[in-house]
Amino acid sequence: MTRDGESRTPIDARIDTPGREGLTGTAPASVYRPLRDPEQVTTAPDGRPMEGQPAWRTDFPIDWPQDAYVERREFMKFMVLTSGAFALGQLWIAGQNWWRRRHGQPEQMRIASLDDIAVGETRTFAYPTEHDPCVLIRPAADVLLAYNQKCTHLSCAVIPRVADGVIRCPCHEGLFDLSSGRPLAGPPRRPLIRITLRLQGRDIYATGVEERTT
Amino acid sequence: MSVNRPFTRDQRTTIVNGMLAFVLMLVVLQLWLLTATMNAYLGGDTAIVWPAAAVSVVCLLLNLGLLRYLYYIERRRR
Repeated sequence: MTRDGESRTPIDARIDTPGREGLTGTAPASVYRPLRDPEQVTTAPDGRPMEGQPAWRTDFPIDWPQDAYVERREFMKFMVLTSGAFALGQLWIAGQNWWRRRHGQPEQMRIASLDDIAVGETRTFAYPTEHDPCVLIRPAADVLLAYNQKCTHLSCAVIPRVADGVIRCPCHEGLFDLSSGRPLAGPPRRPLIRITLRLQGRDIYATGVEERTT
Repeated sequence: MSVNRPFTRDQRTTIVNGMLAFVLMLVVLQLWLLTATMNAYLGGDTAIVWPAAAVSVVCLLLNLGLLRYLYYIERRRR
């Protein structure tokens, strides 16, 4: 009822009232406010309404769009963490490189005498430190070869087969050429680390370490 | 007049998908760099060690920038 006693038809605030279409400026703000926050409305992964979903899905309803968002967000955070780990690995390699350069080439060291190793025989030694096992090979009277004994695949100890002209890694059947140390078969991709030698009289000296990519 | 309202959940999902695609590409690049550098370093080729480390750190910074944006759109939502 109004002050003068007349009754008035209450205003229908709905936006779709016949005759009111488009008169949005006259409608109260509440008309435009959705009844439910769209972010609270879940949608099944297949897009069908809940009535059409299997029982297992209706028994354990979750907020699928929110789940998809959160799992991608968390995956992205984990990938950035992985990225940090890779960058750290690169810096670790760079640090190792700096440390190695600082120390320079190892000093030469007497490893054996020619009398200690007959033609066709091998002999082990450690160079440049005691943690670097190496093998000295004498395939012919005037040929001396030396390699680090660690396989370039996974650091297993390699075994020279002088008669066959190869060096074999028993762990994964890797084969290296005896004369050059280059990989012939199996998983290794890099040649064996070569130890440079010098003969002084009848003494054999290791003079350096030669790493190669090919 | 521009309206600066927070992104909806659907918009944020799309944004995260896009950022994730970039992050994955950068991480795969970093993985390749790490394996190639390790192979070269163990083979005695040390020329690429520092440039590769610098590129990897740049990739990490790009990823951190994207992560920062993710936190930003999350903060705006609240």
